[in-house]
Amino acid sequence: MNFDFSDEQKQMRDEARKFLAEKCPPKAVRTVLDGNASYDKDLWQGLAEMGFLGVAIPEEFGGAGAGHLELCVIAEEMGRALAPVPFSSTVYLAAEAILIAGSAAQKKKWLPAIASGSAIGTLALFEGKGNPSPEAIKLAAAGGTLNGVKKPVPDGAIADFAIVAARTGSTGRDSDISLFLVDMKAGGVEAKALTSLDPSRGQAELTFKNCKAEPLGAAGEGWSVLSQVLDRAAVLMAFEQVGGADRALEMGRDYALDRIAFGRPIGSFQAVKHMLADMYVSATLARSNCYYGAWALSTNASELPEAAAAARISATQAFQHCAKNNIQVHGGMGFTWEFDCHMYYRRANATALGLGSLSYWEDALIDRMRKRNAA
Amino acid sequence: MNFDDTPQEAAFRAEAKAWIAANAPKQYEEELRKSSLGRTQLKGANILEVAKVWQKKKADSGWACLHWPKEYGGRGASPIERVIWQQEEGPFGKLSGMFIIGHGMCGPTMMAFAGEDQKRKYLPPLASGEKIWCQLFSEPAGGSDVAGLRTRAEKKGDDWIINGQKIWTSGAHYSDYGILLTRTDPNVAKHKGLTMFFLDMKSPGVEVKPIKQANGASDFNEVYFTDVRIPDSQRLGAVNDGWNVSLTTLMNERMSIGAGVSTGFPELFEFCNGLMLDDGPAIEDRNVRSKLANWAVKASGLKYTSMRAISALSKGERPGPENSIGKLVAGSMIQDVAAYALDLQGAAGVLSGPEDAEATGKFQAMLLRAPGTRVEGGTDEIMRNIIAERVLGLPGDIRVDKDVPFNKIPTKGRG
Ligand SMILES: Cc1cc2nc3c(=O)[nH]c(=O)nc-3n(C[C@H](O)[C@H](O)[C@H](O)COP(=O)(O)OP(=O)(O)OC[C@H]3O[C@@H](n4cnc5c(N)ncnc54)[C@H](O)[C@@H]3O)c2cc1C
Ligand SMILES: Cc1cc2nc3c(=O)[nH]c(=O)nc-3n(C[C@H](O)[C@H](O)[C@H](O)COP(=O)(O)OP(=O)(O)OC[C@H]3O[C@@H](n4cnc5c(N)ncnc54)[C@H](O)[C@@H]3O)c2cc1C
Repeated sequence: MNFDFSDEQKQMRDEARKFLAEKCPPKAVRTVLDGNASYDKDLWQGLAEMGFLGVAIPEEFGGAGAGHLELCVIAEEMGRALAPVPFSSTVYLAAEAILIAGSAAQKKKWLPAIASGSAIGTLALFEGKGNPSPEAIKLAAAGGTLNGVKKPVPDGAIADFAIVAARTGSTGRDSDISLFLVDMKAGGVEAKALTSLDPSRGQAELTFKNCKAEPLGAAGEGWSVLSQVLDRAAVLMAFEQVGGADRALEMGRDYALDRIAFGRPIGSFQAVKHMLADMYVSATLARSNCYYGAWALSTNASELPEAAAAARISATQAFQHCAKNNIQVHGGMGFTWEFDCHMYYRRANATALGLGSLSYWEDALIDRMRKRNAA
Repeated sequence: MNFDDTPQEAAFRAEAKAWIAANAPKQYEEELRKSSLGRTQLKGANILEVAKVWQKKKADSGWACLHWPKEYGGRGASPIERVIWQQEEGPFGKLSGMFIIGHGMCGPTMMAFAGEDQKRKYLPPLASGEKIWCQLFSEPAGGSDVAGLRTRAEKKGDDWIINGQKIWTSGAHYSDYGILLTRTDPNVAKHKGLTMFFLDMKSPGVEVKPIKQANGASDFNEVYFTDVRIPDSQRLGAVNDGWNVSLTTLMNERMSIGAGVSTGFPELFEFCNGLMLDDGPAIEDRNVRSKLANWAVKASGLKYTSMRAISALSKGERPGPENSIGKLVAGSMIQDVAAYALDLQGAAGVLSGPEDAEATGKFQAMLLRAPGTRVEGGTDEIMRNIIAERVLGLPGDIRVDKDVPFNKIPTKGRG
């Protein structure tokens, strides 16, 4: 047994952390947050040059072919830095969907473009309120064209292509759902940027009108591909969340050491110490669940669905817990726009929703645990 | 990142499995499997006797105290081998309960501070369960504040004379030896006047009085010392350096208590899977599922946190203060889990007789034992202080008694 990242993987983490500290300081996040850019283009190109966008894409498709443990390491750093780039939508969602279900031609066309930073991708799944479910997908596909509306779509306004979940049958079964690949520049789809809880990451509404689309994977297998994609993305997003949680904890710790009140550093008050200790506890439990998820993801183990749900739940909780208490430790300063605390708070609460809410994953975890117990 | 056994680990596992299959007291397996925190008893058998027989058998074949050196009754095994053994020993591991303090705290302290002859004399019978040890630290005036203890040790010739009282001493009523922290100089600041010894619990002047606990059991005791004589050769560490010696004990305590703490989750999950509520199966209920999921990720988080710690140990890192997390999380979790299981049964949750659901009694036992878990070996608050100060590097609490001679420290809160 070795329940840790390897030395090479840790080295990669250090490299990514150093790179992001330099190229993605809080000032860069604010540029996007304040609405002065839709995403950080320089950072995106830099990430491509570092090989981080294609870290888990096979070499034959222009990636580094390192694997998913390495991608987990990068994901954690992206979360720590709150990188304002379409990393999760392109790499965890679009690239994974193509890796799982794409034809040889689709892989050849899109994966190298992702790895080189020249194509941004996304997954168009949701249609308004609700959690991932086949029933909630109404957007219709017929004769190779799509009609309907998707929202929220992460990074939908800047995407070059979208994987779209559409209804192709009416049997009431999961097999009614199929996936399509839409080239956003080919016409037939209109993207509108939406305001959201966390403006450092874009959200959009996509309206499809007789939009030409090519199938991704076999007809009727959309839902099965989607659930795999969501599980895989859940692990990767959980690493982002743990990265964010850790950073929020560090910020709180540092502030508590520097800030003097009543003649002492506030970090010497036990109420503050214990609040920070509890933040450490939730971040640590989440990290450990994430490691298990990383193992399951990288080996494609049958435990993946259960491990992914556990990682997702505990990382969501940890990030929310650390982000909110980081503001509390900062007192009145923490409630100002000027301090960075709110950026972590926003991101924590936005990432808690993106792949389906906490209650959705709680349900999923219990279903999966029951299945394992019954087996 | 992998869970696979190396070839050596696989061979070790196979050997352990085979030996356990051939030697474990299987007649108790089911009962042990079903027992939960606060409830390990065996019908029609004295659990102490059963435990001693099993421990001796293990020791005779080299399966006791696996990580201890061979010459002291162990096996010199790696941290991972120790975990493999625990996995394979399964429910029979619950029989080690009464040895935890000796194996986890007293043994390592002896190993670090006793003379070589003493180690060879005292450690092997401790490893084999023939002799049981207890830890005599806490006093009415010194629990969290261990260094506030008052039991006096005074030098008379080659011996020390002990007078005072300990409390909450687990297992003192069946222990053969104990490690004892005493005050040897009340005129200096409290941490600077302590000295550690080990002693024979049958020494004249030692009186053990079992205390009935809140959960009805009697696992801990008051221990009185009246002119008890301990030879200087049984001193551990230097005179007035007992605080440093006790830190070794406490650090090991955290590791051994923190490792396998129960959370109550497996029991709750099984229970909810079978339970019918008024409007359907409990496991289909939205609220039940949400609670279960929250506890499930805590339980798995703890499990994988300890695996990370073991991986670090096996690479030669030392067990650090981050191990405080296990008991801190599990202690309040088991308390909450047990209360919730009872809540799900409505009014009937209050009943505990054998004619009522077996589960009720089990969760009630957990509920009533859990407060002790949150106190023993360091309270939740002390664990949080340790994490805040030693892991996160926050300032220590302000200690008003730090530079005051021990005999000048106030002894009462009000008036
Ligand atoms: C929305 C808002 C409106 C406000 N309006 C006004 C106003 O109209 N007029 C005005 O004068 N002020 C106002 N304030 C300021 C407010 O009173 C202070 O922010 C508050 O008293 C906390 O002080 P601080 O921000 O300096 O935090 P700090 O005192 O630096 O506290 C930082 C952290 O340390 C903790 N801490 C500090 N001391 C202790 C201790 N002894 N024990 C335990 N924990 C401790 C705090 O609880 C907090 O978690 C406002 C603040 C806000 C957020
Ligand atoms: C089941 C059980 C078995 C035990 N077995 C043994 C044994 O074998 N040998 C042995 O020596 N002892 C044993 N103990 C004693 C145990 O170590 C002490 O009970 C424990 O350290 C707490 O000390 P205390 O009871 O004096 O509580 P106190 O120290 O009086 O604490 C009372 C309350 O004050 C809080 N508090 C105290 N100091 C601080 C602080 N600095 N900051 C914040 N809060 C604080 C505590 O958290 C607690 O909530 C056992 C206890 C139990 C319950």
